[in-house]
Amino acid sequence: MKKIEAIIKPFKLDEVKDALSSIGINGLTVSEVQGFGRQKGHTEVYRGAEYTVDFVPKVKLEVLVDDNLVSQVVDTIMDAAQTGKIGDGKIFVFPVEDAIRIRTGERGSDAM
Amino acid sequence: MQHINSGDTAWMLVATALVMFMTPGLALFYGGMVRSKNVLGTIMHSFIMLGVGTIVWVLYGYSLAFGPDKFHLIGDLSWIGLRDVGMAPNANYAATIPHILFMAFQMMFAVITPALITGAFAERIKFSSFLVFMVAWMTLVYSPIAHWVWGVGGWIRNLGALDFAGGTVVHINAAFAALAAVLIIGKRKGFMKEAMHPHNLPMTILGAAMLWFGWFGFNAGSALTSGGLAAVAFVVTHIATAAAALGWILIEKIKTGKPTTLGAASGAVAGLVAITPAAGFVGPIAAIAIGFTAGIVCYLAVGLKFKFGYDDALDVVGVHGVGGIIGALLTGVFASTVINPAGANGLVHGNPALLGKQLIAVAVTIGYTFVASFIILKVIDAIMGLRVSEEDEITGLDLSQHSEIGYALGGFGGGTLEHGASGSVFQPETSSEPSYAMQTNPLNERL
Repeated sequence: MKKIEAIIKPFKLDEVKDALSSIGINGLTVSEVQGFGRQKGHTEVYRGAEYTVDFVPKVKLEVLVDDNLVSQVVDTIMDAAQTGKIGDGKIFVFPVEDAIRIRTGERGSDAM
Repeated sequence: MQHINSGDTAWMLVATALVMFMTPGLALFYGGMVRSKNVLGTIMHSFIMLGVGTIVWVLYGYSLAFGPDKFHLIGDLSWIGLRDVGMAPNANYAATIPHILFMAFQMMFAVITPALITGAFAERIKFSSFLVFMVAWMTLVYSPIAHWVWGVGGWIRNLGALDFAGGTVVHINAAFAALAAVLIIGKRKGFMKEAMHPHNLPMTILGAAMLWFGWFGFNAGSALTSGGLAAVAFVVTHIATAAAALGWILIEKIKTGKPTTLGAASGAVAGLVAITPAAGFVGPIAAIAIGFTAGIVCYLAVGLKFKFGYDDALDVVGVHGVGGIIGALLTGVFASTVINPAGANGLVHGNPALLGKQLIAVAVTIGYTFVASFIILKVIDAIMGLRVSEEDEITGLDLSQHSEIGYALGGFGGGTLEHGASGSVFQPETSSEPSYAMQTNPLNERL
């Protein structure tokens, strides 16, 4: 069992979600995050005072998958989220020890 | 006794309501420019002046400002609690409308003027100290200056300086009280180190639009009659505001590359301020010159606070102070007796003396309001402290001063309900049964 965490451009979220649904992923968690990498921030000007905004808004999406699906899911996210420009994001893969469905107490793959 | 004119009275009733509407407009204008944790505290500073300003004015403020003159400096207390201020006109001020309506029109000015100051100490003043300051300031600063400039017998009025709708009494007065406040209360924590973005500019634009709308009552109402003079004041007010909004975004485009909505709104307000003293004395082309100048110079002025390190949070000095001075001086340049026979000619119409009088009125107002406000604030600071604690400042005024928040968007948990006496209908559900709402809410069903 692995957790795949992807930081993507916010406007790509729907495409990524649809692509994941089409390969049978039936659950994911999304959060709005901010951060910086190679993509620069931007400048805002209020009454002549300039502010540099370093943190760029991104969407973080977390999916839990069985080990054999990892490369397929990673490829799907990459395909759907790619624009070819700086700031497309990152994908991280983590091992997961266990998963529990709160309603029934099912564990491991059954809980997914 | 003069007869009441129904046209004048109808217009002044409307104008009074228009000026009232400026204060909530100012509340939104300022409220949008602060950080979201201070939106309610900032709105409250203006909004509650409709309460404080009204009561002070009715009890004794009006009498001090407009009551029978004492030594050309202050009104006496014979109109205290609005005694003798009734339906009959007072020919000294407005011969064709009820005296009580003139009082009400002036009351709205007395409400918004102190509210203008609040932009300077936004995001860090203690609410209780703020209230004490406002009462003291209306008593010791606003009422005397209103008397000097507008009261029968007031010494600036006798001098012959022109101030149609309150450039000195309202804007310069408020702005230099604001400067004193900035010096005493100090910078916001993080000023010039961290970004302090306006949190809701659409709110600020809406506020500016309400100010623009209400200002027609402010300036055209200052004719105190319904007719040609009110119409001229109305039109030049609009023209100057338009020119100032354009002037501000033009210089902004040149200096930083982009015209901004905050710039357009700020420029409009700067134009409204600048045309205020001139409204009943100048023509349309002069109004363009006044507005355009105000838009450009006020833009340059608001940048100065970073050079001096003064945290005039919402640029009261840069917009109202500088805009007010530009307006007062350009009134001395462009005023014409063709527009208003009761006024005077300015510099371009062959009377340089008026400019000198305008300068005196400006200098005296600045000097008095700065010194008097400084003393009042020092005393309040010594007795009860002006600033909130550092912790409260970080938390924000909304929660620390008023126990509420402006925006409840998303977030987790609603907390528990504690309201009213034991056994009241607002008591939280203590039984172990799920509540009725929990069972029937379809959202809960789905989850």
